[in-house]
Amino acid sequence: MTDFIIETPKGKWEIVCGLEIHCQIISESKIYSGASTEFGADPNEHVSFVDAGMPGMLPTLNKACVHQAVKTGIGLRAKINKYSNFARKNYFYADLPQGYQITQFKYPIVGEGEVLIDLPDGSVKSIGIERMHIEQDAGKSIHDIDPKKSFIDLNRAGVGLMEIVTKPDFRAPEEAGAFLKKLRSILRYLGTCDGNMDEGSMRCDVNVSVRPYGSDELRTRCEMKNVNSIKFVMQAIENEARRHVGVYENGGEVVQETRQFDPSTGQTKVMRKKEFAHDYRYFPEPDLAPLVLSDDYLEQVRKEIPELPDEKKERFVSKLGLTPYDAIVICENKETADFFEKAAKGHDAKKVANWLMGDFFAMLNEKKLDLKDSPVSAENLGKLVELVSQNVINGKTAKDVFALMAETGESPEKIVEEKGLRQVTDSSAIEKVIDEVLTSFPENVAAYKGGKQGLFGWFVGQVMKASKGKANPGIVNKLLREKLG
Amino acid sequence: MAVDTETVKRIAFLARLKIEEDKIEETKKEFNDILEWVEQLNEVNTDNVEPLESVNEFHLALRDDVVSEGNQRDDVLCNAPDAEYGYFVVPKVVE
Amino acid sequence: MSELTKLTIAKAKEGLKKKEFSAVELTEAYIKEMENKRGLNAYVLETPEIALEQAKVSDKKYAAGTAGFLQGIPMGIKDLFCTKGIRTTACSHILDGFVPPYESTVTQKLLDAGISVLGKLNMDEFAMGGSNETSYYGPAVNPMKAKNSSENLVAGGSSGGSAAAVAAGMCAAATGTDTGGSIRQPSAFCGVTGIKPTYGRCSRYGIIAFASSLDQAGPIAKDVRDCALLLNSMCGYDAKDSTSAPVEVPDFEKFLTGDIRGLRIGVPAEFRPEGLNSEAAACWDNGMALLKEHGAEIVPISLPHTKYALAVYYIIAPAEASSNLARYDGIRYGLRVPGKHLDDLYINTRSEGFGNEVKRRVMIGTYVLSAGYYDAYYLKAQKVRRLIHNDFEEAFKKCDVILTPTSPTDAFPIGDKSMRENPINMWLNDVFTVSVNLAGLPAISIPAGLSSRGLPLGLQFIGRAFDEGTILKAAHVLEKDINFAGK
Repeated sequence: MTDFIIETPKGKWEIVCGLEIHCQIISESKIYSGASTEFGADPNEHVSFVDAGMPGMLPTLNKACVHQAVKTGIGLRAKINKYSNFARKNYFYADLPQGYQITQFKYPIVGEGEVLIDLPDGSVKSIGIERMHIEQDAGKSIHDIDPKKSFIDLNRAGVGLMEIVTKPDFRAPEEAGAFLKKLRSILRYLGTCDGNMDEGSMRCDVNVSVRPYGSDELRTRCEMKNVNSIKFVMQAIENEARRHVGVYENGGEVVQETRQFDPSTGQTKVMRKKEFAHDYRYFPEPDLAPLVLSDDYLEQVRKEIPELPDEKKERFVSKLGLTPYDAIVICENKETADFFEKAAKGHDAKKVANWLMGDFFAMLNEKKLDLKDSPVSAENLGKLVELVSQNVINGKTAKDVFALMAETGESPEKIVEEKGLRQVTDSSAIEKVIDEVLTSFPENVAAYKGGKQGLFGWFVGQVMKASKGKANPGIVNKLLREKLG
Repeated sequence: MAVDTETVKRIAFLARLKIEEDKIEETKKEFNDILEWVEQLNEVNTDNVEPLESVNEFHLALRDDVVSEGNQRDDVLCNAPDAEYGYFVVPKVVE
Repeated sequence: MSELTKLTIAKAKEGLKKKEFSAVELTEAYIKEMENKRGLNAYVLETPEIALEQAKVSDKKYAAGTAGFLQGIPMGIKDLFCTKGIRTTACSHILDGFVPPYESTVTQKLLDAGISVLGKLNMDEFAMGGSNETSYYGPAVNPMKAKNSSENLVAGGSSGGSAAAVAAGMCAAATGTDTGGSIRQPSAFCGVTGIKPTYGRCSRYGIIAFASSLDQAGPIAKDVRDCALLLNSMCGYDAKDSTSAPVEVPDFEKFLTGDIRGLRIGVPAEFRPEGLNSEAAACWDNGMALLKEHGAEIVPISLPHTKYALAVYYIIAPAEASSNLARYDGIRYGLRVPGKHLDDLYINTRSEGFGNEVKRRVMIGTYVLSAGYYDAYYLKAQKVRRLIHNDFEEAFKKCDVILTPTSPTDAFPIGDKSMRENPINMWLNDVFTVSVNLAGLPAISIPAGLSSRGLPLGLQFIGRAFDEGTILKAAHVLEKDINFAGK
C-alpha cells in the first residue's frame, strides 16, 4: 500500500484512478481483413476494401487476434469468456471509414482478472482488471501537410486492438506507473503486443477522481485520452487530482468531461464536455456471429503460455536465491531474464545477478547498447563469475577482465591466459614476494611491530602490487599475519 | 414516448442529416406517428424472452492470419472525390 | 416479344446446347427487347457490349463442349450487387458514379456459370421501399396494365426493375435481394416467380447492405424451375461472409418431382385478417384447393405474433440501416457536397445524397438505438423477433410448408396518394412477407391468379430453414395448375 495523500490546509484527499489501455495486437493481418499490419508502408497501401468501408464489404475475424486475446487474458489471470460477441460503436470520423467501429460491448472475450504490481517499499498490490475486449483500430488523419486540408491514411484502420479496462484501484501515480510497466512486461512475455507507448502500440486513457482521505465514495471523474508515456500518465494523474482538490476546496463541483494532457505544461485541458459526449448507439454486429471458444481450445492455449514475470521472479527468489529486488528488475524484461538464466546456468546465480545488475548494466548504459548487442555474451559472463569462484582470478582482476571482455568480446579464459592474469595461489611463491616487501621496508615493519597495527592493509597492498594483482588475497593475508607475528 | 423538436434535431445531427427549419414540425409529426405505431409492441409480454440477434445458428468461422489483400492503393482511391499523394483528402479536421 | 425472349432458362439451355440458336442471337434478342421497352425504366444502366462479348465467349464454349451451367443466359443484375468495373449505385444519388473494383460473390458465381450481363436493374434506393418509387432514377413501370386502363402501375419493390424486366422479356432472369419482401412482392405484382432463400444460403459479400441480419439475395425468373437452376449457381458457403451458412447446396431441380402427396400445407389463420382483399383471399383458397387435389393435406396453423412483425421489422431494419449507411459520407466514393468543416461536408453530402425514405429510416434507426431508447425499442423488437421465430418453429411441427398470399393487394398506381401521404400505408404492403425475413426462412412467390382488374396476384410458400427444396416442389405443382393469362 502506497499512501499518496494530497494534503492541504483544508484537508486530506486521496486519488481514485482507473486506466483503459489500448494494445495493438501482434498479428500478420488485420483483425477483420486480410490486409497487412506492417508499420511504415506508403499511405493506403495496406488497405483492403473492407478497411476502406467500401459498399457491400464484410468483416471476417482473424483467428490469430482471438488467440492473442485469449493468451493475454490468461496473462491477466482473467476469466476467459467462452461466449463473446461483437458490437458496433457508431460515430462519424474521417479516419473511421465504416462510420462505426466493430468492438465488443456487452459480452467481451475476457472478464475479470488481476495484475500484481511491485511497489518501491517491496510490497505487492493487486490491481483488478474489469474486462478486456478486442476491436479494430482507426486510421490516421494527418493535419500538417496543408493548412486547409486533412489527409487520411487507412493503413492502421482495422489493425487489431485489445482494450484492457482496470478497476479504479490506483491510489497513487506510482501505482499506475508500476502497473503499466508490469502490463507491458506481461504483454511482451506473451508476444501479444510490443508495448511501445512512444510508437502508439500501447495507448493509455486515464480516469481520475478524488475523495476525502479514508472515505469510500466515488466522485465525478474526468478522462484523459491517449497519454503516451508512463511518465506522463503519472504526471497526468497527480496534476488532475490536484486540480480536482482545488475545485472542491473552492466550493466547486468537478464536471464530468474528457480532457487532454499537455506534456509541455504537465496540465490538462478540456476536450469535450459531457453534453457533447457521443451517443455511440451500440448494437450487436449483425455481420459477425457470436464467438464461441471450446474448452479444448482454451486448454491448448494455456499450454502455450510461457513462464510469466511473477512466476519467474518467484522461482529466481526461491530456487536461485536472488533478492526480490534483483529478481523484479531482472524479470521485468524477458530478454534480460533469459540472458540471466543463460549466464547463471551452472554458476553462482546470486553472484551472476550482482554482476548483471552492476558492471554489466553499467557497461551497456555507458556504451548505449541494447542487451541483444552486448559484446559480453551470457556464457562469458557466467564463465567470468566461475573464474572468481574457482579462485582462478580474484575479484579485482575480474573487473579488469570484464572491461577487456566488453572491449574485445573475448572469453574471460582467453583474456586471463593471454594476459597472464591467473592468480597465484602457490604459498611459497607468495612467501617469496612477502619476504621481498618486508626486506624493502624495515622501518614500517618496525613501526607495525611497535603497535601501528593500521599498517597491515598497507602491507597487503604492497604485496598485491608486487604480484601484479595476481596473488590470492586470502593467502597473502594469512602469510603476512604469520610473518609479522 | 413523444419526440420533441430538440430530439429531432439531435437525432438528425447524430445521423449527419440536415432538416430544414420549415420541415421540422412535419418531420416531428411523422416521427411520432411512426413511434406510436411501433409501440404496439408494448402489448406483447416479453418477460424472460431472449432477444434474437441473428437467425444464424452457426458459430463464427475464423480466418487464418495470412496477408491476402492490400497493395491496391489505386483501386482503393479510384472512386474518391478528392485524393492527393496517396491519401484521401477532407477539409481540415480540428479537434 | 420475340420467341427467344419467351424461353425459360431451361429451354434456352437446351436450344443453345443443340445449336438451335447461338448465345449471341439470344443476347441480341434481349438487347432488342431492352431497347423496345426502355419506357419501363427497368434498367438504370445497360451494358449490351459487355453482354455480347460474354455471349461470344459462351458460343465458343458451347462449340468446345466446355459450357458452364448457365452458359450464355442473359441476365439483369439488381443495382445493389457490386459488379466489378460496372457502375453500381443502389439507385441512390449518394453513390453517383461509383464503380466497384470488386465483384459480389453471387454475381461472380453467376459469371463463373457463364451468364451474360445485360445491365443493372432499377430498385428502391438502398432497397428501401415497396414500389420502386424511391429510386433516384425514377420508378420502374410494371409491364402489366389493368383492364381498360393505360395508367402506369408500380412494379413493386424493392427489386421492381428485376421483376419488371423478367416480366417484359428484357432478361432471361434477374438477381434480386429481399430484406422484407423485396423479391417476392414485386414478383407477385409483375406476375413472375421469385425466391428468397434461407438467410445464409447466398453470400452477402459485395451486396450493398441495407439490414444485414435480414438481407438475402435470390433470383427472379420466369418459372419455378428457372429459380431452382439459378439457386444451384447462386447459393453456397463463402468465407468472405461470416454469416453465410456452411451447409451443402443440393441440386434444387431434383426436388421438382411433381409429387406432393401427403405434403402438409400449413395455412395460418393470422394471414386472413378482417378486411383482407377478397380477391387475394379467393386466390389463396383456390391455391389450397388445387394443392389438395394433388394429394397435399391442408393444415390450419397459427402464427400468433404475425401482427407485430411489421413493427418489429420497422425497428430492426432501420436500426441496422442507420449504421450500414454511415459509410456514405462523401470521403471515399460517390457524391461529395463540399462543406467548410468535416461535419458540414458529411451533412451536406448525406442530406443531398439520400432520398426522403432513406432519411426517414436512418432517422428512425438512429433514434431507436440512441441512449435511453435502446431497450424500449430495439431490444423489445429483438425479443418479439424471437417470438415470431418461435411461432414458425411451432408451426413447422405440424406442417411442411406454409401457404399465404404474397401481398394483400395487386399492383397500385405509381404516385398513389394514400401511399404518399403516410409512409406506414406503404409499409403495410409488406405484411405477409416480413415475418419470413425476421425468422430467416426461405419463401417463394409464384403468380397464382388474376385480380378482377386483370392484374397478377401472388401466392407465397414458406419453408423450413434450408429446405428450399420442399417449397420449390410445392410451388412447381401449383404453377402447372394455374392457368395464368399473363403467361
